[in-house]
Amino acid sequence: MKPVQLANQSSSWFGAEGPGWEIVVSSRVRLARNLAGYEFLSCLTPQRQQEILDKLHEAILAIDLGGAVSFIDVDRAANIERQLLMERHLISRQHVAGKGPRGVVIAFGEDFTAMINEEDHLRMQVYASGFNLDKCWQQISRIDDMIERKLEYAFHPRLGYLTACPTNLGTGIRISVMLHLPAMKLTGQIEKFLTAAKDADLTVRGLFGEGTDAIGDLFQLSNQVTLGVCEQDVVRDLAENIVPRIVEYEKAARRTMLDQKPHALDDKIQRAMGVLKNACLISSQEALYLLSSVRLGVNLGRIPELSLTRVNELFLLTQPAHLQIRAGKMLDADQRDTLRAKVIREYLNRN
Amino acid sequence: MRNRFCDIKDMLCQICKESTATIHLTEILQGQRNETHLCQRCAQQQGLGAQTQVPLNELLSNLLAAAKAASDTSGKPSSFADVNKACPVCGMTLQRFSDTSLLGCPQDYEHFQQELMPLIERTHSGRSQHCGKVPSHAGQQQKNDVAMLNFRRQLEQAVKKEDYEAAAKLRDQIRQLQ
Repeated sequence: MKPVQLANQSSSWFGAEGPGWEIVVSSRVRLARNLAGYEFLSCLTPQRQQEILDKLHEAILAIDLGGAVSFIDVDRAANIERQLLMERHLISRQHVAGKGPRGVVIAFGEDFTAMINEEDHLRMQVYASGFNLDKCWQQISRIDDMIERKLEYAFHPRLGYLTACPTNLGTGIRISVMLHLPAMKLTGQIEKFLTAAKDADLTVRGLFGEGTDAIGDLFQLSNQVTLGVCEQDVVRDLAENIVPRIVEYEKAARRTMLDQKPHALDDKIQRAMGVLKNACLISSQEALYLLSSVRLGVNLGRIPELSLTRVNELFLLTQPAHLQIRAGKMLDADQRDTLRAKVIREYLNRN
Repeated sequence: MRNRFCDIKDMLCQICKESTATIHLTEILQGQRNETHLCQRCAQQQGLGAQTQVPLNELLSNLLAAAKAASDTSGKPSSFADVNKACPVCGMTLQRFSDTSLLGCPQDYEHFQQELMPLIERTHSGRSQHCGKVPSHAGQQQKNDVAMLNFRRQLEQAVKKEDYEAAAKLRDQIRQLQ
């Protein structure tokens, strides 16, 4: 598969329908692993880094992942392709900016990705649309077992799976959900969510993970503790306690707005629609901000002609690299804003 | 742009009067009850409220600085936290680790164990013993150890939930492993 082929299509997990996806946009479970007998990335020579890439690439392609499996050489990929992979959450920002031999294996549509030579030798993750952490865990654990039969991971009896950064030590697991919380944001209750997260030892990040802002009212919530906890317990805690509580907060905030300020709410949603349907220039920041209101509107049944799938698609396809690949050339910020506005206009006026 | 929804918040912070108050303090001074309602940011500025997580490298730098100060005042060189001590396998030093938060090789966990353990415990809420998955190439003893830990924790939870049937099963499983 060539990354450019992805630029016009929706993602298998972001945009597809899933349980509770009105608020929990997607679920993800990631495992960090390193090979025994090798240094971590910061101390590897390029030759040994290549060796790891070859070994892991071969091992992952040899297991039965079912369906089409692709490998992308991230080091040799064009910058715009790397950017595209990041916008689709297939690789991280760190992997885009990394050095030396590195790659990514993609399978199950775009549900499974394995980054090779990112911060750890292997960072693999499974995504699912909506609130479906258990499925992600089952699937990633099964793949982990299959790889581990072919290769030896760095493991310590007391400290568990050894990782380059001690914050991932032990299980190497990061379980996260992407939450869309526009009503809590509008009613000034986001602090409540942040406090609940902190109390439960969870981290809140923006749309693209570490060091990114929460734009478009999308927040990534994930576990922080990875050592001394068992994977199923972390999954269960998030799936049964924490996430349902936050979903409840958001639902309550939505109800309050509908009960007390229905006109203000409709005004917000319809103004967003108005701008998106008519603007001739729109920045990605503004688009995300307005699409968030539209997404809320669709969820509350205020825009019956529009589906959630299409709104999610717009979130994805209007990002800078997607637009440039669609245009077939590099675009400056102004040209991108023009094309973005055009894509959105055509999309929304088609309905 | 004015937020038309701001007046349907629960309760506003008494200091900034903008954000929602999420921290509620009740003080009783000389029989007088005094309530304070603050938002996260104002509470933190007042030195109250939950601390945000301290980054790993900052923790290590503090630790190293404290060790250095201790050895400076005592005049004795401290074997602990020598920033230039290098791992024989990859050459990583604590100084480099504190700059990037990344270790150089699996061996570093043994080599810098003394310095890293307090850090590891801080980042993982006081925990320092792995439980969870164990790779199949690990020895039987290791697998049993981790299984034992898992059973014990599940047993605690079962007792807490008063699920005595599950607790009895777990107790049998623990006995089998012993």
